[in-house]
Amino acid sequence: MKLNTIVWKELWLRKSQLVSALLAITLGIAVIVGIQSVSIVSEKAIKVKLDNLGANIMVLPQAASVDDYYSADIDAPTFPEEYVERLATSTLPGVDNLSPKLTRRIKINDVPVILTGILPANELAAKPIWQSAGLVGEGLNAACDPNNNANIDYGYKDDKLQRKAVDSLAANEILLGSDAARRLNLKESDSLFIEGQSFMVARVLPETGTIDDSRIFAHLHTVQGLLGIKGQVSTIEVMGCCSAISDGLLGKMRNILPDTRITTINQIVSTQIETNNLMSKISMIFLVIIVLVGAITIGNFMWANVEERRREIGILITIGAKKLSIYYLFLIKSIMLGFVGGVTGYILGTISAMVLGPQLAGLTITPVPIYLVFSILVSVVIALLGSILPVQHAARLDPAMIMQEI
Amino acid sequence: MFTVEDLSKVYSSRRGAVRALDKVSLVIENGSFVSITGNSGSGKSTLLLTLGGLIRPTEGKVEFCGKGIFDSSSVDLAEYRNRKVGFVLQTFNLVPYLSAIENVMLPTLFYPNDNGSQRKTAETLLNRVGLTGREEHLPRELSVGQQQRVAIARALANNPEVILADEPTGNLDPALSIEILEILKQLNVNESKTVIMVTHSPEAARYGTQRLHLENGRIV
Ligand SMILES: Nc1ncnc2c1ncn2[C@@H]1O[C@H](COP(=O)(O)OP(=O)(O)OP(=O)(O)O)[C@@H](O)[C@H]1O
Ligand SMILES: [Mg+2]
Repeated sequence: MKLNTIVWKELWLRKSQLVSALLAITLGIAVIVGIQSVSIVSEKAIKVKLDNLGANIMVLPQAASVDDYYSADIDAPTFPEEYVERLATSTLPGVDNLSPKLTRRIKINDVPVILTGILPANELAAKPIWQSAGLVGEGLNAACDPNNNANIDYGYKDDKLQRKAVDSLAANEILLGSDAARRLNLKESDSLFIEGQSFMVARVLPETGTIDDSRIFAHLHTVQGLLGIKGQVSTIEVMGCCSAISDGLLGKMRNILPDTRITTINQIVSTQIETNNLMSKISMIFLVIIVLVGAITIGNFMWANVEERRREIGILITIGAKKLSIYYLFLIKSIMLGFVGGVTGYILGTISAMVLGPQLAGLTITPVPIYLVFSILVSVVIALLGSILPVQHAARLDPAMIMQEI
Repeated sequence: MFTVEDLSKVYSSRRGAVRALDKVSLVIENGSFVSITGNSGSGKSTLLLTLGGLIRPTEGKVEFCGKGIFDSSSVDLAEYRNRKVGFVLQTFNLVPYLSAIENVMLPTLFYPNDNGSQRKTAETLLNRVGLTGREEHLPRELSVGQQQRVAIARALANNPEVILADEPTGNLDPALSIEILEILKQLNVNESKTVIMVTHSPEAARYGTQRLHLENGRIV
């Protein structure tokens, strides 16, 4: 038997008290872990998205929120699909890859997914008006001067920004994001029903780490039919030349489509980054509050625990326990409390982020193992801080009390 | 073994001062069985706990084997309590969430011991007080008399020279009292442990080979 045996047995004896003692720490750590888990993924997703992007300009309805770039198109109000043609026929220089989308959240067999209607490239290219405008394929290179500094930085040449175009998509075919495929338990050439209509999975898309993983892509006109909003889209993604954008492309587009909101990805992404920074700051403030509240709760609990164990402490001193041993018993206990608080807080925070992340931020959250270490550290420090006074109280108890009956 | 000279203890608190011991002097020989009687409040417990190094006297000297126990630092006092004396109190001697054998092993936790024999020694001690088979029971699963036996076994854990007992039979019926007193007597006779026992009962006091009576903090 070791001194630790005493700590364990006592903890076990009063295990129900632990729950309430740890509530503040656990919840606090959970909130921080949750926020941080979301924002780390969100930051990473911004980078991934920028790398995978096919478009750098978004046309959104006037009322759309652009707080979050990834979900700006989801459940947004709509505007007529005919705007695509207005843009195309305007023959603005430096505009390519007009890509209209209509997006809604739906449920398939109770699994929430994001249904996005897109137009496959062959249909875009097939539009005679676009061919005549020379805006398909080679048209881009023609419109973007490769020697212009603004264009060099953007790297059109290494294809990074080239849309991974969907060449063809039949009316009853869908493309599945990897996450959606996993959750719906579907693979290529499986069939499924969406809103009562039968579809076939043409392809499962590779994982991107963005909300696109939760999307189901179907033909725009099919989706319009399914949702009962014919001829409407929620966004048009546009690839604009950087040199053209700096020459005021956005303003010219706004002249053509006055009742829309036209922004560059950069603007949206910087809003997103600001939001992330704000969240980080909030979680720092939260951290301070948790340290205080957690330490006070633990302090309270430990003080009550010492009072409850006066007799026991008296016995231990009587049979020769040094002050140091008394310190040890209570400090080990508070370290264990802190440890448990850190672990449960981490688990709770991670699970909440994983459950809420896809719903609130449209992000797939994965656990961040290093946060477990931080959670335990913070929680143990909180528990130790709170225990200073109670433990001193314990070590200073007058052993003569054992002659009084309690 | 013990030489006590002019020992006084004054408890002072905001509500006033109480003189619990008043210039007590006495000598306790190695191997004696001392019984201390006296009215409630006469200072019996105070004297016993002072001998055991738990209460610091206001004045006077307590020598154990020629050394003043309160001359040294408090760490040494803890070691003195751990190795030289064993305490048995009237009630609530045991840590409630530890089994009988764990309670007996408690004193061996605080100083380096040859831990291999820790459990074996505890088993032997429980056997000696007649509790074989009850090692894993919690205090609340034992009768009051059995709890007192566990307390005695624990007092012996570090093989001390002195047993200090504060009304060890105070909560027991006469038959059980005799059992406990007999165990103490055996320890005194067979293993020449010095036993110092505070008691209210005249019958118990008769076990003492040296009998002290306290009145108002003085030996009479
Ligand atoms: N911590 C304390 N503070 C103040 N007075 C105390 C304290 N402990 C004991 N006393 C007083 O000292 C006196 C002696 O107490 P002590 O406990 O030694 O008596 P006792 O002979 O053991 O009595 P009993 O037979 O009731 O156990 C009593 O008057 C008691 O009230
Ligand atoms: Mg007493």
